[in-house]
Amino acid sequence: MSWVGKSLRRKEDDRLIRGKGLFTDDEPADLHLYILRSPYAHARIRGIDTSAAEALPGVACVLTGQDVLEHCDPFMELAPGEAAEIKDYPLARDKVVYQGEPVAAVAAETAALAMDAGQLIDVDYEMLEPVLDAAEALKDEVLVHDNIGTNRTWQGVFEYGDVDQAFAEAAHVVRIGPMHFHRYSSTPLENNACIAEWTRQGTVEFLCNNSFPGFAQQLLAPGLRLPVEKVHIRAYDVGGSFGNKIWNYVYMALAALASKKAGGLRVKWSETRSEHLLASGHGNERSYYDTEVALDKDGVITAIKSRHIDDCGAYTRYEPLGCVIWSQVLPATYKLRNIRIDFSQALTNKCPVVPNRGYSRMQQLWFMERVVDICAHELGIPADEMRLRNYIRDFPYETPNGCVYDSGDYPAMLAKAKELIDWDKWVAYRDQARAEGRYVGIGIGTTLDSGTNNFGQAQIMNPQLPFSGNSEACIIRLDFDGNVVVTLGTGPSGQGHETAASQVVADELNIDPAMVQVRTGFDTAWNTYVGHSGTYASQFAVTGLSAVHGACQKLKAEMRKLAAFVLEAAEEDLEFGVGEQGPEVRVKGTDQFMNYWALANLVNNNNAVLDESLADVTLNVRHVYRPPFKVPDVERKFGNLTLTYASQLHIAVVEIDPDTCHAKILAYAAVDDCGTVINPQIAHGQVHGATAHGIGAAIMESFDYDEGGNLLTSTFSDYCPITSMNIPDVVYGNIQNPSPFSYSGAKGMGEGGGAPLHTMSAAVQDALHGAGIIITDSFVSPPALHRMLQAPNREQAVSVD
Amino acid sequence: MSTTELAAHEVPKVAIELSVNGKRYRREVEPRELLVQFLREELRLTGTHIGCDTTYCGACTVLLNGEPVKSCTVLAVQADGGEVLTVEGLEQDGQLHPLQAAFSEHHGLQCGYCTPGMLMSAYALLERNPKPSRKEIRKGIQGNVCRCTGYHNIFEAIEAAAAAMRKE
Repeated sequence: MSWVGKSLRRKEDDRLIRGKGLFTDDEPADLHLYILRSPYAHARIRGIDTSAAEALPGVACVLTGQDVLEHCDPFMELAPGEAAEIKDYPLARDKVVYQGEPVAAVAAETAALAMDAGQLIDVDYEMLEPVLDAAEALKDEVLVHDNIGTNRTWQGVFEYGDVDQAFAEAAHVVRIGPMHFHRYSSTPLENNACIAEWTRQGTVEFLCNNSFPGFAQQLLAPGLRLPVEKVHIRAYDVGGSFGNKIWNYVYMALAALASKKAGGLRVKWSETRSEHLLASGHGNERSYYDTEVALDKDGVITAIKSRHIDDCGAYTRYEPLGCVIWSQVLPATYKLRNIRIDFSQALTNKCPVVPNRGYSRMQQLWFMERVVDICAHELGIPADEMRLRNYIRDFPYETPNGCVYDSGDYPAMLAKAKELIDWDKWVAYRDQARAEGRYVGIGIGTTLDSGTNNFGQAQIMNPQLPFSGNSEACIIRLDFDGNVVVTLGTGPSGQGHETAASQVVADELNIDPAMVQVRTGFDTAWNTYVGHSGTYASQFAVTGLSAVHGACQKLKAEMRKLAAFVLEAAEEDLEFGVGEQGPEVRVKGTDQFMNYWALANLVNNNNAVLDESLADVTLNVRHVYRPPFKVPDVERKFGNLTLTYASQLHIAVVEIDPDTCHAKILAYAAVDDCGTVINPQIAHGQVHGATAHGIGAAIMESFDYDEGGNLLTSTFSDYCPITSMNIPDVVYGNIQNPSPFSYSGAKGMGEGGGAPLHTMSAAVQDALHGAGIIITDSFVSPPALHRMLQAPNREQAVSVD
Repeated sequence: MSTTELAAHEVPKVAIELSVNGKRYRREVEPRELLVQFLREELRLTGTHIGCDTTYCGACTVLLNGEPVKSCTVLAVQADGGEVLTVEGLEQDGQLHPLQAAFSEHHGLQCGYCTPGMLMSAYALLERNPKPSRKEIRKGIQGNVCRCTGYHNIFEAIEAAAAAMRKE
């Protein structure tokens, strides 16, 4: 009987379907924070007059850049070189560098009053020319941060194999013009929020929805000039994150400062949706230049060289980590060995970027999928055949940069997706439609979701950074009453960690998952966490559950030792199970047993009866799981950067209406392989969710700026998150190639590789290639397709020698 | 702001009386207070969520006199004399509403933030159409954004709940 592998109904649901969750904004506070934001993308602050706001009855305090200078230190920067000198504070000081940047903050008795007061603050701005394009920014004509003298945050060349030789021997060379991966984000439905209290004891107590609290604590403490021990973070229910809530420590610090200035009252900040879209964090925007692809006579890609520029917006924050993280999937699913990519990142006067579902890897995967499809179309090779000629086949596979793809079977996924979608039918349909002059296309996207980061890759970006490896913690104890209580280091945001952890514990103790209590959320006071703790980067199934599994082994060892002593039996004669009194440890083949209460009571209340050899038995064990990583070779940019590689294969059939230019999805199939599946229903749900994000991003969701740096899509009415009316029927399939590197064979899988973006670009190009169109932008909205149909780009976008 | 003009926070409060989940309340509210704020902050019924500020996302959907409304776009004073049903009112005598049970059974929620609004829109849909087609379900919840599930399992859950309710 195994609980792992079953679609166990989620434990989390009981409170959430009743409206009894505890989201941050649900908790009352004494004061509410309103943030006054810059209306300009780039402007000097000549002065701020807060007197009218401060005079309003009910206003507790007003904060400006002067306060943060007095009470804060700038947040730690990860970048090497000049960018390390960027001064990132919770409020702007002398200059604003993106539209929406916080300029002042008001804490007042109600949210409405705080907003009233905020509107009485008078800021004198001198507008400056913004720089909005990353390639332009690299010219350093307009500087985002004057003190660092450049907009370049990072530059490096990733070169492997013998690229020049491969080009010299190529049968075909395909040259591709500039391409662009657009700015969007997965925008969780719950906005950022926190409640901060600067207590009389000098601690700061946060209730928040940060999704990487282990990291946030390490940033907040020095920023607030406090020891880590005085920064307490709790998070309960979190309404989605998708990476976006990693960075909200900036606002947590602001709320803490407001509490300090207001004499220790509890200050709540609840972001509005418009603030979230304008100024919380966008996904990484990336451009690709000078792409050249070498192929042999059979269409097998032998080499790629190109130049990529990432746009990180106005502050670095988690960046420039994205300059290296993409290289986890350097060759995507393809076997080429010769690669040279010159990678740079630039600051611009736009919203800072933040990790977003598929972070940095999907930008590389989109690039590789575009290369494969463009080459296929130009050489006249069908897209499926092109992939079969180029797929990696043997696993574990070491990529040219030393990453190890653990397992997979891309041809089998392709076959499965074709079967699910009824490939032959749609090929015939497409060909018939084309004969009638209609724009029907079929696209394939094969992608990877690399999970469980080796933080050592940070050293490729900056050799001075003291980060490497990865870890996650779990505490299991038998409570006084014998209940099994599990504490996780991860604060989930919809992924069902309570349920999945219960399944693992139930299997290990041979009990029912209902008998396992998993503590909800994250709390620094629980002492479960490590620096890597959090919910991000597709890793819970490996790091989180390995920690749970390891803790179970420790607990069982103690329970055996204790039961063997009391029952006067040999440890090997004991077994775990459920008896008439509930969970127990018993002597096989006898009626001798100890239930969990009896075991716990011995240790906690009745320990004089115990032998000295049992002095170390506490039935309260902590286990930290550490994946077997080494520090990468920083010089060569070589090493294993992630432990597991889940794979996705999507196929879309689209028809483009020549009048509306809308790419209607006629059929869609999504196959995933995340190794051993812990809870099929949860994994299935993650695939549907990631698919919706990707389809939304491909056809509806984009952060568009005008020439002045004004965000044109700053409300849900303009940004248009995908709704029930736009999502196609997605046919789901699964194959399972267990990972040899995780104890269970499971792989992290929540991000989903951004598969629909690649798939939609491929399908639209297939539909429009005959019309002279090459898809060079990941955003294929109706206006974008309209522009393309007006001005076909194939002549400029691609050439073949 | 001129000195003769009354600031918003100085406007006298207005007395309202309404029923929420079958219980009667009498309160004084600011004229500008939204129904969602009233429910969350005055009555501490925090199951009704706020996800946007442009009446788009539907996380705040409740029933007002039997009709689904986005409570971020209704003033509390407009609900005066009305009957409000929120997610907290769906469970009856310890029994989950079939929609609540089906959302869990079919994994129609992940983070759970959109769920209360989604449940209330689905409730209103099934009140007027006990046997909706897939297309009618899509339309019925088009004003409710979910960022986690990709909607697929929500459709399944509403279909299953409709079937269960027809059997009752």
